[in-house]
Amino acid sequence: MNDDTKLQDFLSGMRAISPLIAAVIPIGLVFGAVAATKGLSPAEAGLMSALVFAGGSQFVAMDIWTHPASWTGIGFAALLVNIRHVLMSASLGTRMEAFSQPARYLSMLFLADEIWAMAEFRAKVARLTPAWFAGLAMPFYLAWVLSGLAGAALGAFLGDPVVLGLDFAFPAVFIVLVMGFWKGPETAAVLLASGAAAVATQHFVPGVWYIAAGAIAGLAAALVTGRSRDIEVTP
Amino acid sequence: MTVDLATLIAILAMAAATALTRLSGLVLIRHVSLEGSRRKAIESIPPAVLMAVVAPTAFATGIAETLACAVTAFAALRLPMLVSVALGVASVAILRALGL
Repeated sequence: MNDDTKLQDFLSGMRAISPLIAAVIPIGLVFGAVAATKGLSPAEAGLMSALVFAGGSQFVAMDIWTHPASWTGIGFAALLVNIRHVLMSASLGTRMEAFSQPARYLSMLFLADEIWAMAEFRAKVARLTPAWFAGLAMPFYLAWVLSGLAGAALGAFLGDPVVLGLDFAFPAVFIVLVMGFWKGPETAAVLLASGAAAVATQHFVPGVWYIAAGAIAGLAAALVTGRSRDIEVTP
Repeated sequence: MTVDLATLIAILAMAAATALTRLSGLVLIRHVSLEGSRRKAIESIPPAVLMAVVAPTAFATGIAETLACAVTAFAALRLPMLVSVALGVASVAILRALGL
C-alpha cells in the first residue's frame, strides 16, 4: 500500500468517526464534571481518560468512588464492566488480516465501544487497514481525553448534567448501537434475556454485577435459540 | 494540578484491568478456533452486553428515562446516530422538566 492510499484510508476513518466525536464530547464533559464533584483534580480526570479510555467503567468508577480511592474495588469494577471487551477483541481480531501482530495489540488498546462498533461495521464492507483504524481511533481518543479535562476544569460552570439531560447521552449512544446490531428474532431473544437478567440483578445485587449477568444471559439465549434452529434443519 | 497517590493507583488498576480485557480476546483467538456455533455465540455478545448496560436506565430508573429510551430507539431506525442521541437527550430533559 503506498502513502497516498494510506492517507485516503486515514481520512476515511476520520470521516466515519466524526458523528461519534460530536456525541462523545458532551459525554466527556459530563464525565469530567462528575469527576470534579467527586474531588478529582482535572489532572486526575484527564489521566483516567487517557489511560483507561473506557467511558462505561469510568462512570461506574465515579459512582463507587471513595476517599482515599480503593484500587481493589475500582479495579475489579473496571474488570467486570469491561469484560465484554474480551469478546469484542476476539471478534474484531478475526478481521485484522492486514495488521501486523504488534499493530493488532496496539490497536486493541483503543477498543472503546464506539470504535469497535464502527470497525466491525467497516469490516463488513471493506478490508480493515491499520491506516483506517488509526484515522478512526486517534481523533476519538483525543476528543475523549480533552473533553474530560475540560469538563473537570469547568466543573460547576457546566450546570447540572441531570437537568440538561446530558447524563442520558451515554445510554442513548448505546441504544443506537444496540439497534444497529438487530438481525431478527434471534436478536430479540438475546435482548430480552439480557435486559431481564440485568434489571433483576441490578435490583437484588449491589454493584455492577448486572452487566456480567445480562451479558451471560444474552449469550445463553443465543446458544439456546441457535441450538433449536440446528435441530429444526436436521432431517 | 495534583495527583493523589491512592487515586493514581486506582487509575492504574483500572487501566490494567481494561487493557487485560482488550488484549485477551486477541490471545484467545490465537488458541481457540471460532467456527460454527461458537462464532454465532460470539456474534450475539455485542447486543447482549450493550443491552445489559442500558437496561436499568431503560426499564428501572423512571418514566422519563423509559420514554426517552423508546424515542432514541425509534429514531435510530431512520436517523443518523448523532440526531438520535440528541433527540433522546432533549426528550429526557423535557420529560424531567415536566416532572415525570
